[in-house]
Amino acid sequence: MSAITRDEVAHLARLSRLALTDDELDHYATQLDAIIESVAKVAEVAAEDVPPSSHALPLTNVFRADEVSPCLTPEQALSGAPAVEDDRFRVPRILGEEA
Amino acid sequence: MTMLYDEALDRFEPVLGLETHVELGTRSKMFCGCKTTFGAPPNTQVCPTCLAFPGALPVANAKAIESTIRIGLALNCSIAEWCRFARKNYFYPDMPKNYQISQYDEPLCYDGYIDVEVNGETVRIEIERVHLEEDTGKSTHVGGATGRIHGADYSIVDYNRAGIPLVEIVTKPIPGTDRLAPEVAKAYVTELREIMRSLGVSDVRMEEGSLRCDVNVSLMPRGSSEWGTRTETKNVNSLRSVERAVRSEIERQAGVLAEGGKIVQETRHFHEDTGTTTSGRSKEEAQDYRYFPEPDLVPIAPDPAWVAELKAALPELPSVRRKRLQAEWGLSDLDMQAMHNADAFDLVEATVAAGAPAADARKWWMGELARRANETGTSLAELPITPAQIARVTELVASGALNDKLAREVLEGVLAGEGTPDEVVEKRGLQIVNDEGELSAIIDQVLADNADAADKVRSGKIAAAGALVGGVMRASKGKADAARARQLILEKLGVSE
Repeated sequence: MSAITRDEVAHLARLSRLALTDDELDHYATQLDAIIESVAKVAEVAAEDVPPSSHALPLTNVFRADEVSPCLTPEQALSGAPAVEDDRFRVPRILGEEA
Repeated sequence: MTMLYDEALDRFEPVLGLETHVELGTRSKMFCGCKTTFGAPPNTQVCPTCLAFPGALPVANAKAIESTIRIGLALNCSIAEWCRFARKNYFYPDMPKNYQISQYDEPLCYDGYIDVEVNGETVRIEIERVHLEEDTGKSTHVGGATGRIHGADYSIVDYNRAGIPLVEIVTKPIPGTDRLAPEVAKAYVTELREIMRSLGVSDVRMEEGSLRCDVNVSLMPRGSSEWGTRTETKNVNSLRSVERAVRSEIERQAGVLAEGGKIVQETRHFHEDTGTTTSGRSKEEAQDYRYFPEPDLVPIAPDPAWVAELKAALPELPSVRRKRLQAEWGLSDLDMQAMHNADAFDLVEATVAAGAPAADARKWWMGELARRANETGTSLAELPITPAQIARVTELVASGALNDKLAREVLEGVLAGEGTPDEVVEKRGLQIVNDEGELSAIIDQVLADNADAADKVRSGKIAAAGALVGGVMRASKGKADAARARQLILEKLGVSE
């Protein structure tokens, strides 16, 4: 029984805006399955006395003071952008026509 | 077909839910040191962190955490002992990271309430959660017919707003408001705005987007206890729109249900011009945010002693203040409600502090000045006149230097930029005629010109004296003291009251 279905991979691909072919879906389903199985091994060694954790460091409350630091200039900020218009990042069409 | 509001309410009961976003007024952004000034030129308040350059890491703004906890406390919430930020993943380019740092199942504050007054009734609104996240950038959609995201050729993005701390306040579902649903929604957002102001955590300007509201509405048939499908209306950018959006959505949903249709769970957009909503997000865009704990930020664990300190240091909350002011001023519920609606408490309180009696301060702000604000389409606070100037005018009236009519002219002069009340009195020559000789001469002339009326008074018809007083006021261009003029007229005609 695989941990991830082909349909789930197709769903993830859609959410990620990746156009995958049928062959690629099969290919990634196998690979993702292997990754999920490997990660699942961690659960096998987790004992009752080990609480689930999301962070590697036992730290809390790391804050910065509310102080302003220098910003980039628009020229610097936009220097790596593939397309620029009116000092703004220009991005391709986000959604198609309304259904 | 939409259904008329009254008919809709005869057949259905609404359930409300309100999600309010408040941009905090911190100097710097939530996770980096960029400035947060509203209206700055595009992409001038950005840095590697809020632009998501590789390797840049977020660090939480301590002031924003503190403000969020203070908001939670003011809303009677419990404060989490331990909680985390979470990543909300999506593909819109308004966050350059391709996710927004938010909170998911562990909000900083939860389970609170506020009470709001509507038509003399107290309605308790339960708060589900108050969480902290970062605001998104501003997209402008270019091309296409409507300027909306649908059908646009491309979009351009300004990330100045991306990363400004944003607090989301979510109510529990609010049943039982019945016909008052639109008013309750408006009263709730108004109260929240005042609480935010009293805390000093945000400038809460709906027109600038630092206070935004999403309105959830569902309907159930009368007698049913099963809630209907809800819609979420966005783009509600004024207090009046909150009320209109609820009303319009009730009318629309009732129409759909009455024709046997089904309500689609969807996002809708409110249109200020028509006061109606249109479908916003189609099924095609159904979201799957894949939340998970934010690995780049360690958990927040507010020290209970610190939370207790923050709680003890909360300012007087607006509802408490209103009760105190009402007691101090001795004004009726109706007066207080009108002042509340007109946002006049600060102004009246400052006017009283400057020496005016409360009743006079109320009278001027809620009368002449409210009328002026209404005519010019501004708020009272925006009128070019200060509480101290109003206090001075009431002082001049109390001392007999002005009557109400002249006082109105003085206010007009101050509003027109002619200077302080004293300068306007001087420039326009508005002093009451206190010179008894001058007043006496005016009266003699009026009596001579109105011999009929004078004879009536002489013969005992004292009511006729009113016309003579009116004549004196006209002849003096309103500058006579009407009460003194009446006294002198009666004396001269040899009658007494």
